[in-house]
Amino acid sequence: MSVTSDQLKEAPKMGRSLWDDARDRLLANKAAVTSLIVLAVITLLSVVGPMLTPHPYDQVYRDYVKAPASLEAYPKQDEIQPTFAAIAKRARMKVDSYQLDGDKVTATITSSRKVDERYARYFDRSDLFENASISGISADKKNATVTADVQYMHFFFGTDANGRDMLTRTLIAGRVSLTIGLLATFVAISIGVFFGAASGYFGGKVDLMMMRIVDILYSLPFIFFVIMLVVFFGRNFVLMFIAVGAVEWLDMARIVRGQTLSIKRQEYVQAAEAMGVEGGGILRRHIIPNTLGPVVIYMTLLVPKVILLESFLSFLGLGVQEPMTSWGVLISEGARNLQGSAWMLVFPAIFLTSTLFALNFIGDGLRDALDPKDR
Amino acid sequence: MSKINENTVLEIDNLKVDFETNTGMVHAVKGVNIHVDSGETVAIVGESGSGKSQTMMAAMGLLAGNGITHGEVRYRGENILGSSIRKLNKIRGAKVTMIFQEPMTSLDPLYTIERQLCEPMVEHGEYTWASAKKRAVELLELVGIPEPARKVKAYPYEMSGGQRQRVMIAMALANDPDVLIADEPTTALDVTTQAQILELMADLQRRLGMAVVFITHDLAIVERISDRVYVMKSGEVVEEGPTKEIFGQPKHDYTKMLLDAEPTGLKSMVPDSNPIVLDAEKVRVEFETETGFLKPNHVLRAVNDISMEVREGQTLGIVGESGSGKSTLGRAVLQLLPNASGRVVYQGNDITGASKKKMRPLRKEMQLIFQDPFGSLSPRMTVGQIITEGLLVHEPQLSAKERDQRAIQALEEVSMDPAMRNRYPHEFSGGQRQRIAIARTMILNPKLVVLDEPTSALDRTVQKQVVELLRNLQKEHGLTYLFISHDLAVVRAMSDTVMVMQKGEVVEKGLAEEIFSNPKEEYTKELIAAAALKPA
Amino acid sequence: MLRYVLSRLLSAIPTLFLIITISFFLMRVAPGGPFDLERPLEAKVMENLNKIYNLDKSLWEQYLIYLKSVMSGDFGPSFFFRDFSINELFAQSLPISMQLGLSALALALAVGGFLGVVAALRQNKSVDYSVMAAATLGVTIPNFVVAPILTLIMGVHFGWLPVGGWNGGAFVNMVLPVVTLALPQIAVVARLTRGSMIEALRSNHVRTARAYGLSGYTVVVVHALRGAILPVVSYLGPAAAALLTGSVVIETIFGIPGIGRYFVQGALNRDYTLVMGTVVVVACFVIIFNLIVDLLYAMLDPRVRFD
Repeated sequence: MSVTSDQLKEAPKMGRSLWDDARDRLLANKAAVTSLIVLAVITLLSVVGPMLTPHPYDQVYRDYVKAPASLEAYPKQDEIQPTFAAIAKRARMKVDSYQLDGDKVTATITSSRKVDERYARYFDRSDLFENASISGISADKKNATVTADVQYMHFFFGTDANGRDMLTRTLIAGRVSLTIGLLATFVAISIGVFFGAASGYFGGKVDLMMMRIVDILYSLPFIFFVIMLVVFFGRNFVLMFIAVGAVEWLDMARIVRGQTLSIKRQEYVQAAEAMGVEGGGILRRHIIPNTLGPVVIYMTLLVPKVILLESFLSFLGLGVQEPMTSWGVLISEGARNLQGSAWMLVFPAIFLTSTLFALNFIGDGLRDALDPKDR
Repeated sequence: MSKINENTVLEIDNLKVDFETNTGMVHAVKGVNIHVDSGETVAIVGESGSGKSQTMMAAMGLLAGNGITHGEVRYRGENILGSSIRKLNKIRGAKVTMIFQEPMTSLDPLYTIERQLCEPMVEHGEYTWASAKKRAVELLELVGIPEPARKVKAYPYEMSGGQRQRVMIAMALANDPDVLIADEPTTALDVTTQAQILELMADLQRRLGMAVVFITHDLAIVERISDRVYVMKSGEVVEEGPTKEIFGQPKHDYTKMLLDAEPTGLKSMVPDSNPIVLDAEKVRVEFETETGFLKPNHVLRAVNDISMEVREGQTLGIVGESGSGKSTLGRAVLQLLPNASGRVVYQGNDITGASKKKMRPLRKEMQLIFQDPFGSLSPRMTVGQIITEGLLVHEPQLSAKERDQRAIQALEEVSMDPAMRNRYPHEFSGGQRQRIAIARTMILNPKLVVLDEPTSALDRTVQKQVVELLRNLQKEHGLTYLFISHDLAVVRAMSDTVMVMQKGEVVEKGLAEEIFSNPKEEYTKELIAAAALKPA
Repeated sequence: MLRYVLSRLLSAIPTLFLIITISFFLMRVAPGGPFDLERPLEAKVMENLNKIYNLDKSLWEQYLIYLKSVMSGDFGPSFFFRDFSINELFAQSLPISMQLGLSALALALAVGGFLGVVAALRQNKSVDYSVMAAATLGVTIPNFVVAPILTLIMGVHFGWLPVGGWNGGAFVNMVLPVVTLALPQIAVVARLTRGSMIEALRSNHVRTARAYGLSGYTVVVVHALRGAILPVVSYLGPAAAALLTGSVVIETIFGIPGIGRYFVQGALNRDYTLVMGTVVVVACFVIIFNLIVDLLYAMLDPRVRFD
């Protein structure tokens, strides 16, 4: 086993750390990789999407209440004439001739009162027409020609009960739901890791006390907590979910404490202690890197839990306030309108479920990757 | 060489075992031929990873889910490899039985001994539950368990490792098997228990006449009990023959190496004029176990008033079985246990109960090496980081480059390629890891090193290398060792003086030579007999 | 064993006391009161109400009064349901929630356990993958999505089952709520069982059982499953408590008069006694179920002993 000079000159090869191995195992897991891609796409859509869709999330189209999802543009061809006639009637006009030419409507009308050019506003006010103008007003001001452009719009996901575009709303809701999930998880992990590590590291009486607190909090009904928080903070969802995070840390604290306790007993920690390494060094170099695995796994499982919780609160009517929305709000609205307007449930549900599905698979994949003997 | 004949009961014919893993196929067993005649004892010898266990596991249809087998395994001429579970279950547990390496976990913790002993008897249709229960008591008596009628109602957790292994043997004998396969049955046990179990097995074989297949890495055992030997290395049988021939005229180099693996030689004595490095008086360690609310805690005295004196360059060997308090003593001397009392003087400094702060500069000189080379290296640090961690504490003025230089030196000193320092511990074998652990110690230039079973988790051939490395380092640097081990052969090769411990007390103490050649106490004699040492 | 149970119940008293104290003051710190209606009440009426409900006393006095009445088993009058006491409300609703929860729990254990074992025995085969995918789906789809879909299909489309109502706990009325309530639990139980079963099947003592030619049933059920069920049992404590004390969502959607609704109604209406009552009931359930789980655990595992 003697070392030759040749070997010495060789640049030392980088070894494969356990993280490298874990990453490779994760990337070899098809379900996890697919989930990562799905999650990335959904996140990107939620962040960028609302800026790209043609409708603002809070724009109400009174003429398109509960419009079904469709790839074709609205208005549908056979809707134009009745709507046009209805508007004309409202403006006390009678349509004599009507002609649709591409996206331009030309009609002659007879009015029971004096026609004014400003009456074009009746048509403009509708969501179906724009650039309406009244021309060729007859001498007695009873007859005129109305021209208007048909305003074509797409509602790929349909519209909701208020006539708002579901696509934009679904995407903006994703933004809210994901933010809530991440925020609350971050808070929960921070408190949980700190509390658990401290409890495990100090051990003894301190540990006993700290875990007793966790036990008592466990037997407090969780939903009571959340509802109290809503009562406290009103419906400010950011504050609320920081608070939810402050409730969800109990499991994390237990996991980290267990990990810390077992790592503390590991021989490599004893070895470091025997070498005189201080508490800080042991915590930094030995304990924290080795608790990271379970923390990451738990994190990917906590995000879906929080998102579900948010939707549950929304179902109870305690969620995000209108016109802002979240997947939970959309889904509970959709569930109420399931009969007749299934698209209101289907699209947000698909987004929510695929996100949760993806996060779960990533969590499982991470668990397998970081703890391969568990497979 | 014996041939397959009409007396052959079990025959393994060109057996191959592959495992499908993430990194591709692993060929664990590569075409092995083994046969066992009725009534004989066959030993399969090899180091860990040689495929000796997997061969027998495959033969019994007990491989993990990712294992693939080829070839044939015949019981009395009929192939059972790859046959239906139903067919296999007629043979295993009735005609061919097995004892495993891990007595602590091989029995179901949730059921009584009686239930587990009776199950195979009833399932193989030879007994009713009532008659099986009667036989269970007889069997326990046969394998030497005291109070069998009471013990039969016990759960495994209420028994010691040795007793559990006896229960396993009883279970193996229950249906009067033709072949008993024992997979390292004594490895996890204490030396004296090992000897008893082996004796029991040899005795039972004489009386009951079944064939025994003995899988082991311990050649001393093989020589004592087996008729024929197969030597396995990396999935192949490299040599086979009658025990006498193999031990007398080994042909294959690997066999020779195995036979030569017991550490030999004695340590040259250190002059009495050397200064005393460590002087400990009446060291006592007590552990309190909580028994419940408001009850007085139960106090367990792990180390009871032990004194010692070690001179520079000396090695004090501390021998004892598990639970004798030897590891606790080692840690107490280093002031790593808060609940230790007694006086400890290191190089003239009284360090009894010294604070962490006061101990810190001394930690550089007083080091500890652990038994488990898998557990004592932080899994997420590179070898370089592990080795130089001590420098961060004790020589913080060093630059990263200087630390790296020192790491290279330290690795060279333990005969490891310094290019390995950017790798992670899990990429190394047990022996290499122990070298890394030694390098981590040596980089600080210690004076006193407590070695807690540093070779116990290693194969014999690797043990020998590590022992030699430790001896060389001691000579070069004038190190003082506290060498803790249950392995008498290693202790003899390492120590000047020896201390034999049992249940926290010193049984016997003296010069190594004297203790090994002329033990006075009964317990020491027992230990030495059990270890079956060859002359040094 | 009886001593153990008693000591556990005794040690629950300080926990309960702390929970009552925390919730009581937390509830009172929250803005708003039980009689803050949109149209303010007359001062005289308000005064009378406050007197009746002891709200005119100091917070500390109110706390002591409440503590005393709780100790005598009286949760006080409801602030919102003026004609009822909390005890009356619970007497009506708790049995319904418990019946619902117990049925869901039994269903979850039976189906989830079975699926978990099957998946473990067919590890990494298609059966395993489909069970696990279904389980993941079960955890990820919120029950207020499942409920209307099931109602629409089974109730409206096929007309097999009633879409809501309790009807005194008739079987047809129970099917949909129980199934909806059980689905996520089935998923969790299946995942847990699968994981611990795989581990158990790889354990040394199961290898021993196989090496001794024991039948498939003995190996899988007697030796592997008994150990593998232990983590599931530990999970059941909190899960059972949550199931038995009602699910707000299920009760709202199916119009079941259980206890779950009172959580939300109580908190939103500042019905102090109702909220406190629900908190105490849930905490009691958590404590009792943890005890039951520990006893069950000890029955399954002889290594656990009470002393």
